[in-house]
Amino acid sequence: MKLKKTVLAAAALALAVGPTAVSAQLADDITLVSWGGAYQKSQHRAYVEPYIADNPEVTAVWDESSYEAVAKLRAMNEAGNVTWDLVDVVASDAIRLCDEGLAMEIDHDELLAPAPDGSSASEDFGDLIVSDCFIPQIVYSTTFGYRTDMVGSTPPTDVCAVFDTATYPGKRSLEKRPINNMEWALICDGVPKADVYDVLETDEGQARAFAKLDTIKDDVIWWSAGADTPQLLADGEVVIGSTYNGRLFSVIEEQDQPVGMLWDAQVFDLDGWIIPVGLPADRLARAKDFVRFATDTQRLADQAKYISYGPARMSSAPLVGQHADLGIDMAPHMPTDPENAKNTFLYNYEWWADYRDDLDAKFQAWLAQ
Amino acid sequence: MSGLPPYASFTQKLWHYAFRVICGIVFFFLIAPIIVIIPLSFNAQDFFTFTPEMLALDPDGYSLKHYNDFFTNPDWQQAMWNSIRIAPMATLLSVSFGTLAAIGLSQPHVPFRRAIMAILISPMIVPLIISAAGMYFFYSRIGLQGSYWGVVLAHAALGIPFVIITVTATLVGFDRSLTRAAASLGANPVTTFAKVQMPLILPGVISGGLFAFITSFDEVVVVLFVGSAGQKTLPWQMFTGLREQISPTILAVATILVTVSVVLLATIEILRRRSERLRGMSPG
Amino acid sequence: MTAIDSPVLTADGTPLKASLRRALRREKARAFLLVSPLLLFVLLTFIAPIADMLFRSVENGIVHDTIPRTVQALRNWDPEQGGSPGDDVFEAFYTDMVFAVERKSHTRLGSRLNYERTGLASLFRKSGRRVGKFDTTDYADAFTTLDQAWEDPRTWDALAVSEGASLPRTASVHATWREVVRTDGGDPLEEEPWDVLYAALYADLMQAPAGGFDNPLLNDARTAAAGLEPVSLREQFGAIDEDWLDPQVWRTIRTYAGRYTPGYFLNSVDLKLTADGVQYRDEGDRIYILLFGRTLYMSLVITISCILLGYPVAFLLANLPLRTANILMILVLLPFWTSLLVRTSSWKVLLQQQGVINDILVALRIVDDASRLILINNQTGTIIAMTHILLPFMILPLYSVMKTIPPSYVRAAKSLGATDWTAFWRVYFPNSVPGIGAGSVLVFILAIGYYITPELVGGTRGVFISNRIAYHISSSLNWGLAAALGTILLFAVLILYWTYDRIVGIDNVKLGG
Repeated sequence: MKLKKTVLAAAALALAVGPTAVSAQLADDITLVSWGGAYQKSQHRAYVEPYIADNPEVTAVWDESSYEAVAKLRAMNEAGNVTWDLVDVVASDAIRLCDEGLAMEIDHDELLAPAPDGSSASEDFGDLIVSDCFIPQIVYSTTFGYRTDMVGSTPPTDVCAVFDTATYPGKRSLEKRPINNMEWALICDGVPKADVYDVLETDEGQARAFAKLDTIKDDVIWWSAGADTPQLLADGEVVIGSTYNGRLFSVIEEQDQPVGMLWDAQVFDLDGWIIPVGLPADRLARAKDFVRFATDTQRLADQAKYISYGPARMSSAPLVGQHADLGIDMAPHMPTDPENAKNTFLYNYEWWADYRDDLDAKFQAWLAQ
Repeated sequence: MSGLPPYASFTQKLWHYAFRVICGIVFFFLIAPIIVIIPLSFNAQDFFTFTPEMLALDPDGYSLKHYNDFFTNPDWQQAMWNSIRIAPMATLLSVSFGTLAAIGLSQPHVPFRRAIMAILISPMIVPLIISAAGMYFFYSRIGLQGSYWGVVLAHAALGIPFVIITVTATLVGFDRSLTRAAASLGANPVTTFAKVQMPLILPGVISGGLFAFITSFDEVVVVLFVGSAGQKTLPWQMFTGLREQISPTILAVATILVTVSVVLLATIEILRRRSERLRGMSPG
Repeated sequence: MTAIDSPVLTADGTPLKASLRRALRREKARAFLLVSPLLLFVLLTFIAPIADMLFRSVENGIVHDTIPRTVQALRNWDPEQGGSPGDDVFEAFYTDMVFAVERKSHTRLGSRLNYERTGLASLFRKSGRRVGKFDTTDYADAFTTLDQAWEDPRTWDALAVSEGASLPRTASVHATWREVVRTDGGDPLEEEPWDVLYAALYADLMQAPAGGFDNPLLNDARTAAAGLEPVSLREQFGAIDEDWLDPQVWRTIRTYAGRYTPGYFLNSVDLKLTADGVQYRDEGDRIYILLFGRTLYMSLVITISCILLGYPVAFLLANLPLRTANILMILVLLPFWTSLLVRTSSWKVLLQQQGVINDILVALRIVDDASRLILINNQTGTIIAMTHILLPFMILPLYSVMKTIPPSYVRAAKSLGATDWTAFWRVYFPNSVPGIGAGSVLVFILAIGYYITPELVGGTRGVFISNRIAYHISSSLNWGLAAALGTILLFAVLILYWTYDRIVGIDNVKLGG
């Protein structure tokens, strides 16, 4: 009789905990891959700390390899030895990983928690689910920061200041890749925003973008890590430079540097999780359990307490509060804030997924010459 | 060179001093970059340059906060412990295999000696980026990429040439009649090795080991490719620090590492002298 | 005279010669035994990876593995006749693409072929999205309307066995289909047949004479097929992108269909293999010769700087009393022993525009605050930092050679009336040349393979070929090209090393004095 009771109790418990708990044994270790720096810290505080508080048996290890996630996942996949459980990547990398069969396709509604009002995860994330493998986390934007003490009395108001070496002499920093730079070059060369990708699809359009970039090539310091531009700005090595809006937030608000920020022509982008293909059942179960927790409405809203990126769920937006340490309202610092999003540029994932290889090769050749 | 003869002409004198000034400048060039980071690591500000307070020797301009950061920041601590876990194991492997092989190589008749030597020395000759690329591809295939043992094996391979070179160098001066004498007096080969050969080549083994240790401890290219976050070493953390989040903590770490190098350098110098004395190659 | 005829015997009665030979053999075996663990270790942990890299630089299995039918069909295509390939190629390509998309390997193939012809990556991706929605679905509709049995995967399974000979395409496509469904975790006996199967069936049926089958199901299908509007796969692909009708695209695929390719090596020297033979790449894509040239140029400048700075110092050290020389030697050895990262970080600190050197220059009014020198993120930065890092490698061999030049030579020259300069230039300098040679080769070898320092202080123009290799490994994922560039660099270094061995001998490599 006793046995039966225990079984019943266990079954009841399993039902109460939900569908993920019954599936398989959960691994006690989880390896999370992210970008390091303030961003990773915000994830740690918003997701990992509360998760471990609920599941004390779990140890989480961070790997700061998101920069080369595609290369490393390919190597791991080739070796049949995948050591990562959840990988934080930008949407374009997620698309690529999904295309190559390195990331797992998921059913968003089944895996992810519904919104508090009961609407399904896919409704809550909406258009931001840009790939079957991608679990959106934040909306960020790539935009420009400038030294307020180096621009004289005419601080820049639009993005084309980058190309204006007469008014704003000095070095500028741009990311060492074609994405965004090509678009800005065309916009500042007079191409209407709506036509940018049509123009960029042609050889002439690409030549036009490179010609525009040529005008400032000698003045550019190319960055490959998000922290470069903030550092270069803080050191006064550049007068203006592109970076992620969250990095500029921390330079301006947390470190109090003489830096200003341009929201003009900011390019929205997405960042989120993917689950690698080929995980053993117990680790997969743990990864799923964690990601369900880490992308629920409250957790995504919590992350905005530590970094100025917009939560990917619509239901999280009203919950965004104040910065955990500085106590300032975070909403006006979100790239999605209506005040900031007056003139945004939409990044075309599908287009870049198609043309990335072509333009990367051309861009790298152009850089070396 | 040591002094000017009293009859030296004006041009000779001029040249003599000019030459010394030139050499002084080169020495300055060699040493200044290493010295300059030491005071900067005590900067109270988060800058990479001398603040006015520092130049005025104001005590408020200096602080230990970057050292404090190094010893409390989990990233740096983890990197330090990884280095401490990887380097000795790699050293142990290269020293044990290397010493054995060096003894083999110093025998009078070794088949294919030149070819073997070339293979064993090759990890030192091949540019690190190529070793790293090859190991990355190959270790991926066999599942060693991103594992502790992958990094240890890679570092051991890189350290081997140093052990081979230093140990064979001590064996060059080794008088083989000593082992023969020991054998003729009834010592078995193991005893001969332990009691006669080993004490004489020990300085070479230790300095080879130090070289292997510093190779692994300083290495960044191979670990960047072969390792994963779990194997992030101190140089790796410095490299990402320099490339991504430049913080003056790097200068504190650099100062600590300079201190470590000075200690190691002194050890090697003492061992070298001792070895030469033991082998009667230098007076004193 | 027995003493001459009979061999000398040892105490145990064997001939001395044999005994000595045996002893020698034993000694050789023992030496080899001592060396072999290490040899094996190095072969496994180091030589095998290098060999693997060499292999990757020519390996090209991806084309053949991803689109095997197309590769086969293209063999019979004669590009000289002009125009795009025949319908058989498009048919094969359609089949291959359907399976490649399911296996998710078509984008990687596109990336691979994009190295040889830009535009193919986007072409493959685009086509991958569309290839499942071709009009071949009309065939499926027609056959299933004709007979419900076609919807049952078991029908296909049975036909593939019994009619394999008369339906060769169907049987082959079905075999691949079964395998693909299985790898996906599906059951080929439950999975609804795909359009690509119906297309293969249609093609097979149209090849057969009417009523030529024993199986009534097939005969009915044959009759129905004759009445269907044929779907031109060529037009289907052409509708996705007219590039598919461009014979150049197919020539590229055909040229790179082999399992091994010289393509990556040609790419490393700005050439490409086209159907018309080896040609230069487009003006805008030629960067590797430039990068190799830049690597050699910067390494040379660094070597010369090291000679200019190292020679006086080595001369001073060699001519000072031992005690003083030993103390000054510490100034050379300390940088040698200091972590590379430490030295690079300090150069980063020193060379910045707001860095120590510029601050001093501004403070001394040598440079105006507004026009601070740009010493970092360019070639100047790389050259300064690397000269500093490699200088000890020049000084140490120079010093050890100069130590061996007897001071009496110069004294003799002077006593014979030579001026200081003549005595140095005609007597001392020629004797020190081997040191310069050894130091230069050493510095040069180390310089051309450097990665870390140029990466951190070199910007875009001050980087070496090794930075490019790293870029291709971790960012562009063009591993074949990385391997080919690495192989070329490796051989350059080996040649230099061989020269070094000739001049100095490997056994004479000294470490830290």
